[in-house]
Amino acid sequence: MIGSLDTALLQQIWWILASVVGSLFLFLTFVQGGQTLLWQVAKDETEKSLVINSLGTKWELTFTTLVLFGGALFAAFPKFYATSFGGAYWVWVLILFTFIVQAVSYEYRKKPNNVLGAKTYEVFLFINGSVGILLIGAAVGTFFTGSNFVLDDFNRVSWTTPFRGLEAAFSLFNLSMGLFLVFNARVLGTMYLINNIDFAGLPEFEMRLRKACFTNLICALPFLLYVLGGLLLMDGFGINETGVVEMVPYKYLGNLLAMPIVLVLLVVGLLLVVGGVGITAFKDEGRSGIWFGGLGTVLVGLAVFFTAGFNNTPFYPSKADLSSSLSIYNASSSHFTLTAMTYVALVIPFVLAYIVYVWWQMNARQLSVADITNNKAY
Amino acid sequence: MGEIDLVMVNWARAQFALTAMYHWIFVPLTLGLSFLCAFFETLYVRTGKDEWKSITKFWMTLFGINFAIGVATGIILEFEFGTNWSNYSWMVGDIFGAPLAIEGIVAFFLEATFFAVMFFGWDRVSKRFHLFSTWMVAVGSNLSALWILVANGWMQYPVGMAFNPDNARFEMQNFWEVLFSPVAISKFTHATSSSFMVSALFVITISSWYLLRKRHVDLARKSILVASVFGLISTVYVAFNGDESAYTNASTQPMKLAAYEGLWDGEENAAIVAFGILNPDKKPGDKLEPFTTEVTIPGLLGLLANREFGSFVPGINDLVYGNQEHGIMSVADKMVKGKEAIADLTAYKQAKKKMDDVAAAAALEKFKVNQDYLGYGYLEKPEDTVPPVAMTFYAFHIMVFLGVLFGLIFILNLRYSLKGTLAQTTWLQLLGLPMFFLGLIASQAGWVVAELGRQPWAIEGLLPVNVATTNIAAGNVQTTFFMFLIIFTLLLVAEVSIMLKQISIGPEDM
Repeated sequence: MIGSLDTALLQQIWWILASVVGSLFLFLTFVQGGQTLLWQVAKDETEKSLVINSLGTKWELTFTTLVLFGGALFAAFPKFYATSFGGAYWVWVLILFTFIVQAVSYEYRKKPNNVLGAKTYEVFLFINGSVGILLIGAAVGTFFTGSNFVLDDFNRVSWTTPFRGLEAAFSLFNLSMGLFLVFNARVLGTMYLINNIDFAGLPEFEMRLRKACFTNLICALPFLLYVLGGLLLMDGFGINETGVVEMVPYKYLGNLLAMPIVLVLLVVGLLLVVGGVGITAFKDEGRSGIWFGGLGTVLVGLAVFFTAGFNNTPFYPSKADLSSSLSIYNASSSHFTLTAMTYVALVIPFVLAYIVYVWWQMNARQLSVADITNNKAY
Repeated sequence: MGEIDLVMVNWARAQFALTAMYHWIFVPLTLGLSFLCAFFETLYVRTGKDEWKSITKFWMTLFGINFAIGVATGIILEFEFGTNWSNYSWMVGDIFGAPLAIEGIVAFFLEATFFAVMFFGWDRVSKRFHLFSTWMVAVGSNLSALWILVANGWMQYPVGMAFNPDNARFEMQNFWEVLFSPVAISKFTHATSSSFMVSALFVITISSWYLLRKRHVDLARKSILVASVFGLISTVYVAFNGDESAYTNASTQPMKLAAYEGLWDGEENAAIVAFGILNPDKKPGDKLEPFTTEVTIPGLLGLLANREFGSFVPGINDLVYGNQEHGIMSVADKMVKGKEAIADLTAYKQAKKKMDDVAAAAALEKFKVNQDYLGYGYLEKPEDTVPPVAMTFYAFHIMVFLGVLFGLIFILNLRYSLKGTLAQTTWLQLLGLPMFFLGLIASQAGWVVAELGRQPWAIEGLLPVNVATTNIAAGNVQTTFFMFLIIFTLLLVAEVSIMLKQISIGPEDM
């Protein structure tokens, strides 16, 4: 059945699937955002423990989604995987490094004899939430600003700068993308914590969180505006009728106009995030902000990935050699592999279903001070 | 192909070895202890006795400490294929990427989702749903082992694919052949069941210590009983799938088999070396004695390798220099064919670029004759196909020797458990103390055999390691090597310290 679909359609399906996973990851960065809020919103050990334990039941979901995002790109677009990871070496290594230190921090922070001390593990969590997300944002930024690579006849990558990807962070656009994601993660973090924690007896803690939701949105705005403005005005990479990659004025604005649904995703997504902030920051009992903020983030993420990959746009363009640029059509796996992987992808709804079910079971009752005093807490 | 930076190749190999070996300190425990926790909790739910709940929670705490660092070391491995081995990732990503993605979809989410229930769900979900979650963590972690070992099995024995000259890469042709490859199956069963043994040894080591100290005696006795049954069943299984591994090696990776058996010259009645000290001066092609000391079991290697007494098993020299009588082509001949294949492929690509279809078709025709030897064209000399024999040989023998010892340990623990005198059998408890560490050594040794024994191939016969790497200055990889070394070591120290403290605290409420 799936095998009879043509290659281009499968390539598009896989770009959509990868975009969905990537966008879900952006939603799940509420964990990273929450990690960076720890010292700002939690003023004593109890509040800290509430934050850590609340995030602690979800951090692996975020981590796993990131790993799946990498795996899906490897399976569906191996040329991107090889070019980007091998090429933009340092960006990826540093991102990974921040996730290594995150993975142990929840479990080890409060355990006796943890050698490094609780504070160090809190710093690890902060680094993961700030540097890690900033670099991921910068990497996503290169989908629009391009990278410095050349591919030879055998598709082996040469990088044309000695910084191996770190030069991505020298671009104001990429940096803004990264900082926007950092602040957006913090906004989502406050929303999630407001949703998940039982604030009985801790009104000040609750107020700090609600306030932080708003201030972080304000912090995110300039970066968002810079990214949006840049995106709409910049020259972009386009593939012409003969298959040649060239610079096209207002390419990404053109993409949004050519694919009105993507424009709708972007606008609705941004409005939903703002609505979520409204609920969290200004409605006294408002706990549902995370659902609006989360869905909004997913929609914005989809709009970003679709603008980068569809409408004859190379999603991983090369500044150094336009003809080396990668599109979903020249970077993908074979028809056979895409078909096999699409069959596997049929289990995704089932996976989502049990994640939602378990989330619902585990979060049915809010996390209270009593929960964190039992000895199995983080 | 341009210059090959051997310094970079070696640092990339060292980094992969480092991360894989660190990762494998924690993985065996995750794979087996998850099942042991599931057994303990099942006993709790079935009997309703709180002591089983305490036992479950105690082992779960240790499981969690170990799990976290397993996750931390694991993420690097997935992405290292891209960062350090990007040419590999491109050339075989069409096949190799799939199992990694499937691992994410079907296994990692099971682990991640139900892990949270296992640790935080005791008073949030029903007893039965909690038990179900614990089982799902065990199933999820072992499923993830399945997919990564399918990927590894494919590197050892590439099947179900064809070379696409237009892309200069290998592409998948048959998914089921990749999944059900005999090497993948024996890799999966051998790696998981041996991990079960290591986990059982972990439980025995800690419980033995408790018995010696006369602390938590009830927990220790019950834990040892369950662990020794689990360990013994796993040992029997390991013996069978270990034998199967050797059998598949004979047809798929004869050089690896020859190396770990220390067989330099092929024979019909080759012996198995039960114990031996290798002659360190021995080189391919010379006539030196291979061993300075050896204890052999005559005639048994043919049975092991081919399931037939008196059958021919090729040695290292036969495989390097060829053996006409047994139809083995020399590596030198394969290299000639490989270099022709590379030249024809280059000619094909150039003709395609010039849009000269006639010349392209001719070059392709020529390429197809020799394409199976493509990888050999990148070797410098025939002797490059010989893996480090000493390391492979000793690692293999250490693994087998320890495996037998573990079987005995399980039998003894089970015997005294059933007799009811375990708590008084001090010598057995003393014997139990180092067992977990020996288990780790055996497990690591197994991977040394598997991975070192297939050098120089990243993909057996197709892609040598020196052309699989990323085009990057060695200094970068060297730097990240030390970054990983430092952080992993630091985290390992923290892990061990926390683990020891938790063991010394013991179960909270027993």
